[in-house]
Amino acid sequence: MNKTPDSDYAIEVTDLCAHYGTRQILFDVNLNVHQGEIMVIMGGSGSGKSTLLRHLLALNIPTSGQIKLLGKDITKISDKEMFKLRKDMGVAFQGGALFGSMTVGENVILPLREHTALDENTMRIMCRMKMEVVDLADFEDLMPSELSGGMIKRAALARAIIMDPKLLFFDEPSAGLDPVAAVELDELILRLRQAMNMTIVVVTHELESAFKIADRITVLDKGRTLITDTVENVRNADNPRIQSLLHRLPRDDAIDADEYLARLTSM
Amino acid sequence: MSSLTNNSATRMVENLGRKAVATVEEIGYIFSMLVESFYWMLFGKKNQQPVRLRSVFAEAMAIGIHAIPIITIVCLAIGVMMAIQGIETLKTFGAESKVIVGIAISVTREFAPLIVSILIAGRSGSAITARLGTMLESQEIDALRVIGINPVRYLVAPLLLAMMISIPALTILGDFMGLLGGALYSASELNITIAVYMERSAAVLSWDDIRQGLIKSVVFAAIIVLVAVSNGFQVKGGAEGVGRATTRSVVLSLTFIVLADMIFTFFLNR
Amino acid sequence: MECDARTEGDFTVISLQGEVDLHFSPRAREIILKHLQQKQHVLVDLSAVDYIDSSGVASLVEGFQHARTNTLKFALVGVSDAAMQILQLSRLDKVFPIFVGIDDAATQL
Repeated sequence: MNKTPDSDYAIEVTDLCAHYGTRQILFDVNLNVHQGEIMVIMGGSGSGKSTLLRHLLALNIPTSGQIKLLGKDITKISDKEMFKLRKDMGVAFQGGALFGSMTVGENVILPLREHTALDENTMRIMCRMKMEVVDLADFEDLMPSELSGGMIKRAALARAIIMDPKLLFFDEPSAGLDPVAAVELDELILRLRQAMNMTIVVVTHELESAFKIADRITVLDKGRTLITDTVENVRNADNPRIQSLLHRLPRDDAIDADEYLARLTSM
Repeated sequence: MSSLTNNSATRMVENLGRKAVATVEEIGYIFSMLVESFYWMLFGKKNQQPVRLRSVFAEAMAIGIHAIPIITIVCLAIGVMMAIQGIETLKTFGAESKVIVGIAISVTREFAPLIVSILIAGRSGSAITARLGTMLESQEIDALRVIGINPVRYLVAPLLLAMMISIPALTILGDFMGLLGGALYSASELNITIAVYMERSAAVLSWDDIRQGLIKSVVFAAIIVLVAVSNGFQVKGGAEGVGRATTRSVVLSLTFIVLADMIFTFFLNR
Repeated sequence: MECDARTEGDFTVISLQGEVDLHFSPRAREIILKHLQQKQHVLVDLSAVDYIDSSGVASLVEGFQHARTNTLKFALVGVSDAAMQILQLSRLDKVFPIFVGIDDAATQL
C-alpha cells in the first residue's frame, strides 16, 4: 500500500477506534479513498457510519488510529493547519444545518467571508453561480425556514462547495426527500465530481442512491468494516449481513442462548 | 436488611460524590469558556478569526435596547416601594428625611445591578441557552466548526462583550429610575419637590457607591452569559432537552448572581 | 499565475496562465476591469490556464457584465476542457461568447 504523502489517496483511515464514553463504536476501521473517487459509506442505524463521518470531519477525536486527509494526519496537526485544511473541505449535513438567523445567500457566502479577502462583487457572483448550480437561483434572500426539505439540502450543498473544496462530505443526501428530488440530487453529485474532480464521501442508507453514484462502497456493521469494494462486487458479495442489508431483510443472526440469557438477567 | 441500608447509604454517598465531580467539571468548563472568549478577543485577529464588532453591536442591541422599557418600569416600582417602606420604618424614629440616604445607597450599590441582572438573566440568558441548544441540535455548531469558524469566537465572545457593555449601561439607567421612583413617593411625604429630592440624593452619593454597583454588574453579566452558554452547549435530547437546559440556565445564573452579590457586598463593605 | 496583455487589431488580448484560484483571481479581475475601463474590447485567452476555480470564473463574469453595460466586446478564447466543465456546471457556457482562437473571435464578434 502506498503511504507517501503524495499518494493517490485523498483519504486514508488506518485502524480507527472510537468510543462514546465507555462504549466502543468503531473497531479498527480501515478505509482509503482515491483522489476524485465517490465513496459511499453504508450501514444500518447503529452501524457507526455517522460516527465515522464525524471523525473524518475532525469533529470527534479518535481513541486510536490515524486519519489522513489530503496527506495530513488530522489527529496530529496543529489548529492552524487544521484551519487551513478546512478550506479544502466541504460538508453538507443531513438536516442542512443552515444558520437560521441568516438568509440562504448569507449562509452560502459565509465561508468566503471568513476565509478570503475577495472583492464583495466577486463573492456575490460566486455565491449566485453556486445557487445556479444547485438550481436555487432567486432564493438567496429567503430565510432557511422558508425552504422545503429538498431546497435546504441543495442550499447546504451550495454552501459546502462555495470554496471549490477538494473533499466533499455529504450526510444522507436522499433521506427525507421525495424520489424525484433524491434522483436530482444524485445527478448533481455526479456532475460536481465530473466538473470539479472532487473526492466525495457520501454517507447513506439508501441502496438505490448508493449504487447509482458510488465508485466504491464500504459497508459498516456494528462498528466494523464488512467490505470495501466496487458496486458490482458489493452487490455480489455472499456475506449474509451484507445481503440482508441489501435486501432489507430483518437481521437473523444465530443466537447464543447462554449469552442472550446472561444479557437479559445480569444485574 | 442491614446490607440493604448499607447499600443505599453507600449509594447516596456515591451519588453525592458524582454530583460534586460534575459540579467541579461544570465550573471548570465555565472558566475555560471565559478564558477562551478573552483569548479570541485579544488574539483572534492574528489568527484570521476576529471577534466582529458588528455582531457585538447586534447582540448589545438585542440585550440592551429592547430591555429599556421593562427595566424602567421595574426599577421605578422598586424605588417607590423602598420609599413607602423606608418612610414607614423611619417614622418611628422621626427620621423620615433619612429615607433619601437609604434609597440612594441601596439602589446604587445593591438593587439596580441586582434587579437589572435578574431581568436580563430571565430575558436574554434563557434566550441564549435556547438559541445555542437549538443550534447544537440542528448541527449548526458542527457546521460552524467544519467551515473553520470557532464557535466560542463567533458566538460566545460577542455575547460576552455585548453583555458586559449592556448590563452596566442598564444599571446606570436602573440607578436613575430607582431614585426617581423614590422621589415620586417621598416628595409629597417630605414636602419637597422631585428636583430637590434628586439633588439631595446626588449630594449623599459618592462615586464609590456607583462604582460598586457597576463592578458587580460586570461580574453578573459574565455569569449570565457563561452559565447560559455552557448550558446551551450541553443540550441533549431534542426540543425537550432545550427546554430543560433553558430552565436550568435561568435558575443557575440567578443563584450564582445572588451568591456572587453576597460575597461582593461582604468584601466591598469591610 | 502569470498574466500578460497585448493588443491585436481592435482587441486587447489578456492571457491568463497557470492557476487562476482564490489567490490570483483578484489580480486577474483587476487587469480585466482595468482594460475595460479604458474602453478597450477584451479577449481573455484561457489556453494556458491549468486550473480555474469559481473565483476566477466570477472575475470573468464581472468583466463580461462590465463590457455589456458599456457596449464593449468581450469573449473567451482557448477554453480548455477542464475550464469548460466549470463553465458548464453553472451553465455559463451558454452565456459567454466562446471562440476557439483569437482570429475566430476577431472575425465573428
